[in-house]
Amino acid sequence: MNWSGWSEFWSMGGDGLYIWNAYLVTVVVILTEIGVIALTRRSILEHLGRYAKIALKERKPRNEDSRF
Amino acid sequence: MPAYSSALRSDDPPLLTAWSEATPQRGYVLATRLYPWFGWAAAVLCSLGLFVGLILAPTDPHQHEHYRIAFIHTPALWLSVVIYVATAVTAGYGLARRQRFLSMLASALAPTGAMFAFLALWTGSLWGKPIWGTWWVWEARLTAELLVLFLFLGYVALQEAIDDARRADRASGLLALVGAFGLPLLYFSVFRWSAMYGTAPHGLAAPGNLVVTAGLLLMGLGLFAYTVAATLARLRNVILKRERNSEWVARNFGARS
Repeated sequence: MNWSGWSEFWSMGGDGLYIWNAYLVTVVVILTEIGVIALTRRSILEHLGRYAKIALKERKPRNEDSRF
Repeated sequence: MPAYSSALRSDDPPLLTAWSEATPQRGYVLATRLYPWFGWAAAVLCSLGLFVGLILAPTDPHQHEHYRIAFIHTPALWLSVVIYVATAVTAGYGLARRQRFLSMLASALAPTGAMFAFLALWTGSLWGKPIWGTWWVWEARLTAELLVLFLFLGYVALQEAIDDARRADRASGLLALVGAFGLPLLYFSVFRWSAMYGTAPHGLAAPGNLVVTAGLLLMGLGLFAYTVAATLARLRNVILKRERNSEWVARNFGARS
């Protein structure tokens, strides 16, 4: 353990602004990516119903269950 | 929660199969099963890595605390190159063999690659300012990494701009392959231009400190696991979007809208 207290930890020997900038930007960018993936999935699922009707209408009905 | 497991019928071939037999449907099921595991692995490994890197790792005699940017910078740089190679290989193989699934995988890889290329440049800039006294220099290694970022952004932009998926794959795949010839430049420029830095950039073992090395390894593995998780999660989106007119998507997701 190198740190004698929280203030020393946050100041990082005077380099705090650079180091915490790097870590903060990384966290923000990663969380943004996760959020974009989740939102994209939601919007795709919302639109799939329309395509499903067309896709299923074009094909002959199957005898078996869809196993859904 | 859609019943994704029903997307695979029991009489289908096994999930893990040759790339040449990879279909979007099988890929979707496999991605859905795997991505949470990689997500949790990423969370655990990165938490350990941050603890080791920020709390346990000792102060460097020369760079003091400043070197701690390396725990992000090094894995981000490494991953941007690894993801670029993966994108170019999957896109190229997908084009050559007309494997739609591989092209989908390539387009799921690229945005995460762009993210790590950006992070490598951003954290590198923050590292360079106090050490070299400048945010940016037009030097081969930095310029090459900027090229990697632009190639990723170009790939994503082409994918987004062209509606027809096959034409989009052809255009962006070509860009990825052309850019792949620039990658050796990136790698070898590190040694060729090393005089500017005094020494060639260090490998993982170079800090000579076991705790620092452990922190770098943990962060590298953690962010690698994150890359796999994010790519698989995005792959599911890409597959659903492109296969929206197919029967298996209609049957499994149509009623859930």
